[in-house]
Amino acid sequence: MGLDAAPGRAGELLAVSGVSVTLGGREILTDVSFTIAPGEFVGLIGSNGAGKTTLLRVILGLQSPNAGSVLVAGKPRSRRNPMIGYVPQKFELDADMPLRARDLVALGIDAHRYGVPRPSRARRERVSAMLRAVDAESFADARIGELSGGEQQRVLIAHALIQQPQLLLLDEPLANLDLRSEQEVVALLHRLAREQQIAVLISAHDVNPLLPVMDRVVYLAGGRAAVGTTDEVVRADVLSKLYGHHVDVLRIHGRVIVVAGPGGERGADLTLAHGDEDASLELEG
Amino acid sequence: MSGVLRAVVEPGFFSSGPVQVALAVSAAVALLTSTLGVFTVIRGQSFAGHSLADIGATGGSGAFLIGAGPLWGFMVISIAAAGAMQAVGVERQRGRDVATGVVLGASLGLAALFLYWDSTLHNSSGETYTILFGSMLAISPATVPAVLGLGAVALGVVAIIYRPLLLSSVNAELAAARGVPVRLVGAAYLLALAAAVALSCLAIGAILSTALLIGPAAAALQLTKRPWRAIVGASVIALAASWLGVLLSYDSYYWPPRGHSWPVSFFIVTLVFACYLAARLVGSRGRRR
Amino acid sequence: MFSGFMVNTWIVASIVAVVGGLVGFFVVLRGSAFVAHALPNGSFAGAAGAGLVGINVLIGLGAFALLGALGIGWIGRRDRPDVATALTLVLMLGLGALFVSLSVEYAPATYSLLFGEVLGVSTSQLLPTAGLALACVLVLALLYRPLMLSSVLVEVAETHGIRAARIELLFLVCVALATTMTVPVVGTTLIFSLMIGAPAAARSFVRRPGAALGLSVAIALATVWVAIAAAYDLNLPVGFFVGVLSACSYAAGRAWVAWRRRASAVR
Repeated sequence: MGLDAAPGRAGELLAVSGVSVTLGGREILTDVSFTIAPGEFVGLIGSNGAGKTTLLRVILGLQSPNAGSVLVAGKPRSRRNPMIGYVPQKFELDADMPLRARDLVALGIDAHRYGVPRPSRARRERVSAMLRAVDAESFADARIGELSGGEQQRVLIAHALIQQPQLLLLDEPLANLDLRSEQEVVALLHRLAREQQIAVLISAHDVNPLLPVMDRVVYLAGGRAAVGTTDEVVRADVLSKLYGHHVDVLRIHGRVIVVAGPGGERGADLTLAHGDEDASLELEG
Repeated sequence: MSGVLRAVVEPGFFSSGPVQVALAVSAAVALLTSTLGVFTVIRGQSFAGHSLADIGATGGSGAFLIGAGPLWGFMVISIAAAGAMQAVGVERQRGRDVATGVVLGASLGLAALFLYWDSTLHNSSGETYTILFGSMLAISPATVPAVLGLGAVALGVVAIIYRPLLLSSVNAELAAARGVPVRLVGAAYLLALAAAVALSCLAIGAILSTALLIGPAAAALQLTKRPWRAIVGASVIALAASWLGVLLSYDSYYWPPRGHSWPVSFFIVTLVFACYLAARLVGSRGRRR
Repeated sequence: MFSGFMVNTWIVASIVAVVGGLVGFFVVLRGSAFVAHALPNGSFAGAAGAGLVGINVLIGLGAFALLGALGIGWIGRRDRPDVATALTLVLMLGLGALFVSLSVEYAPATYSLLFGEVLGVSTSQLLPTAGLALACVLVLALLYRPLMLSSVLVEVAETHGIRAARIELLFLVCVALATTMTVPVVGTTLIFSLMIGAPAAARSFVRRPGAALGLSVAIALATVWVAIAAAYDLNLPVGFFVGVLSACSYAAGRAWVAWRRRASAVR
């Protein structure tokens, strides 16, 4: 199933090989392998609960796999890797937080260091340049909590990119955006990836917004992965084998629709059976 | 057998009037607050629960000032505070906790004032202690029917809204999508919480009512993820801790060095905390399996 | 009111306000209002215990505040932070109930410990208070960057290599330190409202972190000064004024925010 997995090949920016993760008695990921070359734009596709966030956390060094390894530019992953920038899925930025977009981006430079940063012109200009690159200059001095979801995301991308990583990870950045913002973010990421020569790994539950920009796709289902180009992977036979039951893939006007047959996946954060008196809760944490 | 019983239970325990009142009131308080506590912990509103109790102290001292019974002081102020919290209704938890803290601060400031006037006007300092730490072995028997009645009503409210409350506590968005009136259910919950807190303020004091609210529920939730089981577990822990606390406090009168019983609230809190630690130990061993 | 004993009061109160304003900025940022309330209240138990055993009250305060911080940190590793705070608080208060019931001298000393006392500051307290304050401010300055990021975006902070749990514990210890030294004038019960009301108001008015820090200190100073003057003149507890004034600052901040939002919506 891993069509392109050749771990340890020289020149690979990211090499994930045989990663398996078991959490709370459930096997979230099983033997996942793929690589990312410098400058590649890769989509990590899967429905809710498929294990996308878990996989990203493993790559970031925040979660230890039960099996397998992750190499970043040939070196084992660590908790702090300046080569990787990260934009999380959920973030809570209160409306009256005393932090401008500019301040949040500045924190990206050296938040891990102790002490108070010394204000300097060089620092200021570096932040301004980054904000320009993501088209966030018009609201650079606004409160971070008063910006729209799409605007906040751009600021977070700037925060992640200001340390000049070689790989940018984004966890479901398109999830809560309207159609136009979705397209804007994808276009922005594509442009930034080309300009700054960085690889991008972006997770999503719908493959369509990424179709025009993806080089390859890593498709997650049932804890397993299928890796390759869209044409190679998003096919009825490959996905049916991955899901373990019949799946149809329809193509209409250049859009792809994956339709699960009966007995499809149920991945929800809350398992509360309707009418079940002794309902059980899957409480987070 | 009777020898053992006599060793554990000091003479006159079961026949003592104040003890009987204490047992009845603590049973009602334990069942009500621990049940509500399960929802409070799930909803992440421990600070609100604690604040209602502290704010109750203001009500209690204010009531004492004007000569009214403390229960009504607690009730009125708790319900008013709950209403205020519902009205402010900041969505994000961080903002909500700050707002709660500010209201609590203002209310405690007032409590400072009332208590100062209490002590200067009525020239008694024991009231401070009573309001803050409770007087379980000195509750007037006349209040027992009111306590039991109020407790039953509050429990009834919880029983009625049980399923929608559970749904909206675990996942408010999902509940709203399924047609649950989330704000209404939240308001009903806060009212029931206010009643529970008022009652426990009376029994074990404003400050320590949080112990029965949060402790048993937190312990139970370490052991099970099923809400119904958590409620039963929390109630058992709360009841056991309360009754054992009353017993130990009664016994401690006879302990060296002096003829002075240790406060009931101390025993209950310590027992509840011990239960939590035990539950956590057992729970973690189960998780590691 | 500016002579003799009162000079000490003004000095200590100003130090208290500065530290309270600085620490409070992060308390509000992290939403740790409950912790800021719980640590001073719980440390009261330590003071009662110290009085029982016959040692300096401040030692008891500090010890219990520190133990409380550690307790909240430890329980918080496996349970929600608000549950950790509640449990630690009630345990400390339960002990406090015991100590108070066992001790002989009660009312006046306890009352001023809880709600503040204008005339209670001796010259010998000045140096330790200043020392603790300096320690607190230094810790905050040292932790500034990782503390800011882990307060705002904890997941991203972890990818920078910041250990959020360790920062949280250090911050709790900082709050415990701040608690210990602020009790003399304002009292355990109301010090938290100073740490919440002033910063919450400040951040409503300004949007840069540095400016919000400064304004938080300024509002806290104003609050404390007015509270002391009022308590001295009207012979009422300091804590009462601190609580009410903090609530007023907060309300003013929210009113400003509401007005600003409406004004920009019209445009």
